[in-house]
Order: sequence, then C-alpha cells, then structure tokens
Amino acid sequence: MRYIRPLSIEDAVGQLAGSAGTAAILAGGSDLLVRMKGGFVEPDLIVDIKSIAGLSEIRETADGFSIGAAVPCAVLGENAALKKAWPGVVEAAKLIGSKQVQGRCTITGNLCNASPAADSVPALVAAGARAVIAGPTGKRTIAVEAVPVGPGKTSLAKGEIIEAILLDSQAPRSGDAYLRFIPRTEMDIAVVSAGVNLTIDEHGVVTAARIALGAAAPTVLLVEEAAEALIGRKLDEAALERLAKVCAGACRPIDDKRGTIEFRRKVAGVLAKRAATTAYARAGGK
Amino acid sequence: MNFDPRFSGRKFASVGTRPIRPDGVDKVTGRARYGADFNMAGQLVGRVLRSPHAHAIIRKIDTSKAEKLAGVKAVITAADLPDLTDGDAAMYDILDNCMARTKALYDGHAVAAVAAIDARTARQALKLIEVDYEILPHVTDVDEAMQHHAPLINDTIFTEGLEEKPVKPSNVTKRSQFGHGDVHQGFGHADFIVERSFKTEQTHQGYIEPHACVASVSSDGTADLWVCTQGHFVYRQHCAQLLGMEASKLRVTSSEIGGGFGGKTHVWAEPVALALSRKAGRPVKLVMTRDEVFRASGPTSATSIDVKIGARKDGTITAAEATLRYSAGPYAGSWAEIGAMTAFACYKLDNVKTVGYEVLVNRPKTAAYRAPSAPMAAFAVESAVDELAKELSMDPVDFRIKNAAQEGTRSSYGPVYGPIGIGPTLEAVKNHAHMKAPLAKNQGRGMACGFWFNFGGQTCVDLNIGMDGSVSLAVGTVDVGGSRASLSLVAAEELGIDYSQLKAIVADTSSLGYNDMTDGSRGTFSSSMATISAARNAIKILRERAAQMWDISVDDVVWEQGHAVAKGEKHGNLGKLSLKEIAAESGKTGGPIAGHSELVADGAGVSFATHICDIEVDPETGSTRVIRYTVVQDAGKAVHPTYVEGQYQGGAAQGIGWALNEEYIYGKDGRLQNAGFLDYRIPVCSDLPMIDTQILEIPNPNHPYGVRGVGETSIVPPLAAIANAVSNAAGVRMTHIPMSPPRILAAIEAERGG
Repeated sequence: MRYIRPLSIEDAVGQLAGSAGTAAILAGGSDLLVRMKGGFVEPDLIVDIKSIAGLSEIRETADGFSIGAAVPCAVLGENAALKKAWPGVVEAAKLIGSKQVQGRCTITGNLCNASPAADSVPALVAAGARAVIAGPTGKRTIAVEAVPVGPGKTSLAKGEIIEAILLDSQAPRSGDAYLRFIPRTEMDIAVVSAGVNLTIDEHGVVTAARIALGAAAPTVLLVEEAAEALIGRKLDEAALERLAKVCAGACRPIDDKRGTIEFRRKVAGVLAKRAATTAYARAGGK
Repeated sequence: MNFDPRFSGRKFASVGTRPIRPDGVDKVTGRARYGADFNMAGQLVGRVLRSPHAHAIIRKIDTSKAEKLAGVKAVITAADLPDLTDGDAAMYDILDNCMARTKALYDGHAVAAVAAIDARTARQALKLIEVDYEILPHVTDVDEAMQHHAPLINDTIFTEGLEEKPVKPSNVTKRSQFGHGDVHQGFGHADFIVERSFKTEQTHQGYIEPHACVASVSSDGTADLWVCTQGHFVYRQHCAQLLGMEASKLRVTSSEIGGGFGGKTHVWAEPVALALSRKAGRPVKLVMTRDEVFRASGPTSATSIDVKIGARKDGTITAAEATLRYSAGPYAGSWAEIGAMTAFACYKLDNVKTVGYEVLVNRPKTAAYRAPSAPMAAFAVESAVDELAKELSMDPVDFRIKNAAQEGTRSSYGPVYGPIGIGPTLEAVKNHAHMKAPLAKNQGRGMACGFWFNFGGQTCVDLNIGMDGSVSLAVGTVDVGGSRASLSLVAAEELGIDYSQLKAIVADTSSLGYNDMTDGSRGTFSSSMATISAARNAIKILRERAAQMWDISVDDVVWEQGHAVAKGEKHGNLGKLSLKEIAAESGKTGGPIAGHSELVADGAGVSFATHICDIEVDPETGSTRVIRYTVVQDAGKAVHPTYVEGQYQGGAAQGIGWALNEEYIYGKDGRLQNAGFLDYRIPVCSDLPMIDTQILEIPNPNHPYGVRGVGETSIVPPLAAIANAVSNAAGVRMTHIPMSPPRILAAIEAERGG
C-alpha cells in the first residue's frame, strides 16, 4: 500500500489516473479507514487530499458557497453564513456519526461513499447542490444527485476527484430542512430520511420545492411529484397529507435489518411532512 | 474455622460510606490494563477462522498453504485440541464450541486458527485455509426448532425430563417443571383470566471490551495466561482440562474487565490461544473483533412464552401457569429451567405451574447474561399481571401488593422465603414521587417487579498487614462492579482502621486458593464474608501480639476501633496499642501478621426489585423515548451505596436497550446480519434519562452485615416495566421484545384497523 499527500489537485488527479490496482481518496477517512480496518478493502494507493490548497476551505462566492472536499462537517456548523442560508444542509451534516466523527468526515466523502442512507445527501439534493469534478480531461460540474449511481457506486471516472460542493445563495423567502429516522438519538444510520427545500411567495404559497428521500431506494430519490404536490398551495393539512402520500408512493425501499418496506414507506411520508413544515417556517411561512 | 456468618445488626463506621474508587484514576487516565493491554517479547498474533455456515459437516480442512506462508508460526484445527474430556459431556461441549470438531453448528463457529508474526500475515493465512463444508439445513428460531420436521442439530440428544423416555432424538434438550397446588382447580375459581403469548429476541451482553488474552506455554509444559475474565480460577480449570495440563502448572492472571455481565464466564479463545502458543513455542495474543464477539460469544436466549393467570374479583390470584421455551444455541445448558423457576417468584400463589423447554438452535452457545433467563420470564408474567389488573380495574401496584410473596411464603420454585423485599419495594413505589409525575400526550407509565436468587460459593481471601500498618487484601473474585472498594470498606470496618490504609488486589490463580467466578451477584456477598473472616483471624493474631508486648494473657486483650485494649483490673494503666504499633513490632513478636480465610458462602439472600418507567411513543413513527425511570431494590446492606446505585442504573440501562432495540437479526441463510454496534443497537448516552434509584435495606440473615447480591436483579424488571409503559402510551399491548419502532408502528396500525 502506498500513501501520498499531493499539494495540488492536478498532481492528485495525475497520481490517481496513473495508478495501477485499486486506489482510494482519503479526506476524513471516517468511511475508508473503517472499511480498511474491517478488512473489506485493501487499496494499493491512498491519495490524501487534505493538503491540497483550497480543499479545506468554505468560500463565499458571488453565487453562493463553495465547500472544499476536505472540509469537515463540524466546520460547516461553525460557518454562520452557511448556517443561515442552508440550515437544513448543515443540520444534515451535523447528524453524521458522532461529534468525533463530524470533526473528520466531509459531505463530499458522504456523497462519494454512495450510501442511499447518507445523511447529507438528501439535504444537498433538495438544496440543488452541484459537485465540481476535477479529472484528467479538465473540470466539470454536475448535480449532486448524478454522483451516486447505486449503493457504493459513483459516476466518477478513473482519475476524477470531487474538488468542491457548490450551493447557490438561498432565494428570498426560502427555507430548507432535513430529518432522518433512527431508532436511537444519535450515532446511527438513517432508516429513512427526507430533505426539503421550499420557496414561498408573500402570501405563503409555495412557488418552488425540492424534496429528496434517503434510504428509500438504491440512491437518494429526488421526488418531483412531491414538489408538484406543494407548488401553488399553502402548506395546509391537505397539502401535507398529499405530500406524505406521494413520498410514501415514490419509495422503492427494501426489507432489511434496519427496517421494513412498510415502515420505510410510512415514515418517509411522515418525515417529509415534518421537514416541509420546518422548511416552510424557515421560509417565513405561517 | 470458627466463623459465624449470622447477621449481627452492628453499627457501621466504614460500611455504607462512599469513598472514591481505588481503580478510578488508572481507568480514567488509560493506565489500567485490560485484556489486550498485556504484551510479551516475541509475541505472535492469533486469529480464528470461523464458519460462514449455520450448520455444516466439516468434510476436510487443508491448512498446508497457510502453513507455508512466510510469517505463519502455527496453524491449528480441532486435531490440535484432542478430546481429553473423558465422558464429561459439558466439557466436551466447551471443547467443541472452542473449535468445531465434525460439524460447524452456527455462523461464527471456530474451525481453525493461526498464529503469525503480525495481524496482516495472520489474516492472509486465514484466507489460505481451505475448508470443505457439506451444508446442512439449519434452524435459528426457537419455535421452529421444536417442530417435528425441524433440522436436527444433535442426533444424540433425547429430551430429558419427560415421563416416558423418548425414542426419537430432538432439539428439545430438557423439559423442567416447577410449582405446587392444582392450577386447573385454581383457574376454576377465577373470575378473570388473562392468557397471552410473548416472544423475546436474542440479545448480547454488549460489554465494550472484546475477549482478549495472551497465552504463553513454555517448553517445560508450564504456562501463563493473561486474560479478561469474570473467573480466572474457572478458566484455569477448564483450560488445563482441555489441554491436558495440571492446574497448578497454568497460572492465570485476570486483567481489568471492560464489562462481562455473565458473558465472560465461559472460555472461547483461551484454549485456542494456549494451543497456538504450545504449537508455535511463542506467546500468542488473541483478541476477538467485535464481529467475532457477536457471532461467537455471548448471547442470551431468544424465548417464546405462554402465560395464563386467573384472579378473583377481589384481586386474589387463584392460579398462574406458564410455558417457557428458551433457545440454548447448539449445546445443552439449563436456561429454560431458570426461567421456569423465576417466572412467578414474586407472588404468593396457592396454585402455580411452570414448564420450561430448552431448545437447540443454530446460533452461538447461550452464555449467562445478568440474572440469566429471568428478564424474559418477568416480561411475560408482569405483562399479563398488568393486563389482569386492568381487567379487574385495580391499580397495578395495589394488585401486586395484594399478591406479593412475603416471609414464610412457599415460593413458586420450591423453597420457603425468609425475610424478603418484594412487599417493601412495592410499598416504596406506591409512595414514590415518580408515580405522581404528570404524563403528557402520547406518554405512558409502566411498572414491574423482578426476582433473582443470588449465589454464594467457594471463596478465599488473604489479608496481609505490612510493618507500616497498612493492609493489603488479596481476593480471588474478579472486580467487575466495585468489589475492591466494597471489600476494602468491609476490611476497614472489621479492623477498625481507615479505608485509605487498605489496598485490595485480585490475586492470580497461583497466589490464592480457588475461587468461583464473579457471577450470580456473588462477588461482594461471598468475598465480603471471606474478608470478614480473614480480618477476624488477623485480629486474633494482633491480640496475641499485643498480649505478648504487654506480657499479659491474650484473654485480657480485646480489639476495639483499630486498637488492642487491655481489659481487667490489673491492666488499668496500659495504654491502647494501635494496629500500626503492633505491626511495627511484628518482626520481634513472631513475624508477619496475616489473616486467611477459605469458605463456601451459603445463604445468599434472594433479591427483589420494582421498577417504574415513563415512555413517550411517537404514534406516527413508533419511535420511543424514555422520559423517567426509577429503580427500587433491596440491597440487604449497601456496602458502597454509589456502586450499588451504579448496579441498579446499569441493569436498567441494559434492560432499556433489550426492551427497545437490541436483537440478533438472522437472514434466511442463517447468518447473523448485525454483528456490530451500528446495527445491534445498545442505547447511547443520549437515549437514557437520569435513572433514579432507591436502595432498600432488608438485612440478609445469613451475612454478618446483612449483605445481599445486587448486580443482577436490576435487569429483571425493565423489559416488563417498559412493555407496560409502551403499551399504555400506544394504547395497544406489546408482546414482542424488542419493541422496535417498526414493531410498535405495526401494532398501532393493526389496532387502528389500518
């Protein structure tokens, strides 16, 4: 096993692209090191990206925020502007693992681990976040929901590294929220989860909405029918019930050690309702 | 030895105080040495290959490739642990569980092991071992295993305890029955009868420290073993017997222990580590991974229990009956028997009958878990008792008080009770502020009672007085719950000195006589008895030495508050002699001063507890939150009350996990799916409220200070108390433990007719 710590993204991309055998990118290591210790993976090359300039920073840009791939989730919670603009994304990132894990783990790692139960991903999808990818042929930017393609699998090609996650400035009268269901109070994996991002007009009518469900299908689901159930309406009891029904219907969950199909469907709807209620309040809706 | 164990009703100076724990600083600074913290020069890393199949014949194991790998120093299979058990069936089962001989009996069953120069080489070597399995049909569910068509796990087992000797082998190893009176007649006198069936899933003790040991077998055949255990003397016996050694040639030293709860009373890795060391000629460290801990060690039984209880309108129970089925893993034990004994132990019953069936399944061998078998029986019985109270429109506490056992009651399992605490715990609960705390929407309150026998057993203690007057106490019961502190308090009490003058250690097996394990809540009960005896023997010598110093008759010397005092008219002018003064002169008056004792501690007083808890249920998700929890338990005498409270809280915490989320989940392939703390959900700190405790002290007449065991009873009531609370909060009776959110939501939906 070879461990390298490149100083530039170009060098990292070059090393990855030129590697023979298996390679892994190390940021916080909260997934990779655990998998290595468990004997599940034995990479030939480990590329530690924490020393690459800029990758450990959150930058405020003209359009919003650029969150470097090596920024620990705990740092998201310390950024007042980000917290104000995207409270749902930050609360999702701050649910991963434990306090200690949050000091290491990153939202980019959470995305690239490609677990359907990843906590930060539904919130990022709901927020319309994009991933900036550096690769042997240059840079490209794609929607975060296009990164995971199945459990443990991403659309990234050999030599590609996600450099940053972009979040736009939040539109006026908008709010986001994320909720997950776990049997415990912390240190757990989502049985099912929901991220909601809403924009309302001055009368409280929803004008735009993105609803994403986690652990409800092989990848995080962006449920467009759920958005349609809310757009053009106030968030009243009827709209919430419709939202819950659509979300329950959109799930394609499995029975496993963490929950049943039946349970995940019902609770996906419940969480979507509750997250929508919080997001609506954050947008200024009453 | 002339030792009077009877309760004397003395006033205490040290016992009952709360000094700081002697092991505290080392534990919080990381200096304390646990099982994996011991190291030796030249030590190898041991790793175990485990069956991925629930049930399979081992046709052939080819270790040749692994043996050729550079860095591998030994590879062993069952052939390296020949059967020396000489017809001892229980020992043979232990041997077979340590290393499968002809069949793998569960996912995780050890089939081979290696010792190599490092962990990476050892892991690679395991991959090079080729095992040819013939996969057999398996069964993991207790009810399914009892069916006639179920795969047979051991065709040499015929059910014991049946009236007629069975002609066919069965997965049911034993039927046991307890009770008295005529339940049929009793139910005939009942105005109300509740009859219900319950299930509980298998749980693990969940100790944070995995099993770990270092074994070093010398070429002269003697050996050392450093190990995390609840009973190093028992480990020595078992290891010596399995490896064909004399016990005195194997010295076992127990490490600090990161939790045991009954799960560290059985050998698994230790005989394997010794066999590896013997073959490799070097020390071998063997540490289980968490995955191995779940798949191969522990767990407790899964159960299926039917309960029927009848009562008259006035609230008198007329008859009670239960059928209890306990899974045992693939080897016989006596788990169902204990469940059948404890089920109705809280109540005064004219007509009672319990029948236990112990059932083999393709799961790891069941190990003791804190009051083994009692929590499941209490869950079923106390749930039915609660429902019956509801049918009678009686307060659940009053209903229990009316039927509670008392001194002189013939217990449901046979013996007649002496002074006991069930009535007082119920009265304390009735008057507890918790019972008046307001409940919000979706919150429910539940309470339940629990019983545990407690054990005594073989115990040996050495007490040595240094020339500076400080005292060292060497005990042989591993300190799992604060016994070094409590035994120091007891020795201080007897000697009349300050706690700070004492230091207690757990001696190794070559330094002290045999001690039974720290199990059955016996640590403080039995070792305190031996400590009192040892201290009294030391006092006898101290008096003799004082008499010598004064040149008077020892009959004129008494021991008072840490001093020899001369009595009688002639000695009025003699000043007191302190322990320190006598010790300082010991070299001139006959040499070292010590007290020794060896005894079988009989008369461990039975123990009862009543718990109250409030739970909030989210009716849309089935999620639960424990709002309040109170433990009331009889300690006999709380030697160190802080530790006693800790035991009460710990039992409640483990019970909360068991009741709400912990369970072994097996796939259709018979493989354990959640062998880790991520998906085997023990409660985290934020899941628990502050657990309130109330210590009652109803003295045990068979102990000089009235001490009873306190460690186990606290896990008996929680499953039932929480089930009663959840049932009250959700408006539907919960009959399946754990009450995980999917189970609660499904029950609520079913009740709604959804």
